[in-house]
Amino acid sequence: MSLIIENLTVRHGAITAIDSLSFRVNERELAAVIGANGAGKTTLLRTLSGLNEPIGGSVTWHGESILHTKPEDLVRRGILHVSDGKTVIPELSVKENLALGGLWRKDKKDVVVATDEVIDLFPRLGERLTQSADTLSGGERQMLAIGRALISRPKLLLLDEPSLGLAPLIIDQIFQTLDSLRHKLGLTVVLVEQNAMSALGIADTGIIINLGKLVTVGKSNDLKSDPNLRAAYLGY
Amino acid sequence: MRLFSTLLIGLSSGAIYSLMALALVLVWRSTRVVNFAQAGQAIASTYIGYLVISRTDNYWLALPVALVAGALIGALVDVALIRTLNKRVKSGPAAEMAPVIVTLGLLGLIRSTVGMIWGGDLKAYKAPVTNHGFTFGTTTIPFSPYNLLIVITAVIVMAVFSIIFQKTNLGLSLRAAAFQPEIARLAGVRVDLVRTIGWAFAGGAGAVAGVLVTPSNSLSPNSLDLLLVLGFVGAVIGGLESLLGAAIGGVVLGIGLAFILEYVSTSLAFPSAFIVLILVLLIKPSGILGKKGGRGA
Ligand SMILES: Nc1ncnc2c1ncn2[C@@H]1O[C@H](COP(=O)(O)OP(=O)(O)OP(=O)(O)O)[C@@H](O)[C@H]1O
Ligand SMILES: [Mg+2]
Repeated sequence: MSLIIENLTVRHGAITAIDSLSFRVNERELAAVIGANGAGKTTLLRTLSGLNEPIGGSVTWHGESILHTKPEDLVRRGILHVSDGKTVIPELSVKENLALGGLWRKDKKDVVVATDEVIDLFPRLGERLTQSADTLSGGERQMLAIGRALISRPKLLLLDEPSLGLAPLIIDQIFQTLDSLRHKLGLTVVLVEQNAMSALGIADTGIIINLGKLVTVGKSNDLKSDPNLRAAYLGY
Repeated sequence: MRLFSTLLIGLSSGAIYSLMALALVLVWRSTRVVNFAQAGQAIASTYIGYLVISRTDNYWLALPVALVAGALIGALVDVALIRTLNKRVKSGPAAEMAPVIVTLGLLGLIRSTVGMIWGGDLKAYKAPVTNHGFTFGTTTIPFSPYNLLIVITAVIVMAVFSIIFQKTNLGLSLRAAAFQPEIARLAGVRVDLVRTIGWAFAGGAGAVAGVLVTPSNSLSPNSLDLLLVLGFVGAVIGGLESLLGAAIGGVVLGIGLAFILEYVSTSLAFPSAFIVLILVLLIKPSGILGKKGGRGA
């Protein structure tokens, strides 16, 4: 029971963004995918969530292939992708953005429960329910995007640079929240980050990629202390 | 009295422009297609309404039948044409132009099909209530019970739309899919299906506009072409992205035109529409409800 990626290859026209990439993430593990700009991190997540089509390789989740499937169907299988940058729908209110996470779910009672849990977790959202999402700060938007995903009761959470553009204090908060959430809910998480130190701080496994290829996989603690990796990829 | 009556006439024709504008905005903001075929979809639906009236003499049956037919035609155009096209032609200048050319071609195709089935001659059917103006004491104004009925019908259609869009889950999906299709998908919205429903709503609105306007004119394969142009102008006045804007834009255009026709010149409906458009755009370039970058509900 895990996420298994084998020989995955994804192209954007002439550019091979993911090149024969293989790794696995065990259930309930948090894997941090680290790499420089253009390493292929976003492409990897977009392929896992069905937004991009690979040209080769396989990806299975709980033993079943998730490739060539629409994102909206993967959502129904518990795979939730919080994309980078534009994560919320600015034209809708905070409440409506959250509601989207539960629209497709049959268990409406649990949608109410999950929504209350999210508002407990992020009280700032609760205070701004009727506000347009456009008016939220970067950190609040990130909370809203994660909150919306939680209302869908995810099993596999794909997060693309949740720290993007946020102040260090907020980044710490988001990472702490993420860490406690995933333990509490038993989530499997693939966390894409350039902020290597914070990401490896809460991750079980670190996966370092460069130009679409795997550089190394290892326990996050081992990676953090490897001097060669630190110099070349981790930037601290 | 003349002023008041001109206002009412403008409101009545504006209500019809609003419906057409609504149809165009619904498609534009969800699919980014300028749907010239809307005139064709509406004319086909109106002919179907005409068929019902000529068989049953019942306008109140014809209206909902035309509405449903319009919705089905709209859904069909999306599924059969636009969806396939968007899958094949993904980027580049062709992707921008192709749907426009296709909807223009479809307009021609529908017109000639309708002409083949019903002939090119003018058809007519009567309004369910009199088209003769209301009389107050000794004066009769141009505004008639039928004009009143047009306004009421349009208001009902728009009220139903606004309830669906603002208060229901389907409406939330429709807005999410139109504004940010990718994020909507990642939240679980079945964007393709929802878009088709948007096309169906648009087709329904256009059909109602066609059935409402025809008793005041007559029916022929291209009798709704002017309405399409006026609907576009109304949509642009309203800012192109907002349903409320489309409603207001249509009414502003209707009233503006009524005043120009009444007080300035009686024969210049077509250029007058553009005078109203230019005036509005000079005052507010993004349209009445348009925002600079974003889009309104
Ligand atoms: N839609 C696209 N069309 C063409 N090339 C693309 C597209 N998206 C990504 N690429 C290219 O694919 C490569 C990988 O991009 P990707 O966005 O996956 O990197 P990333 O690791 O997420 O980078 P960043 O840290 O800057 O977000 C880059 O060379 C990029 O230019
Ligand atoms: Mg990226």
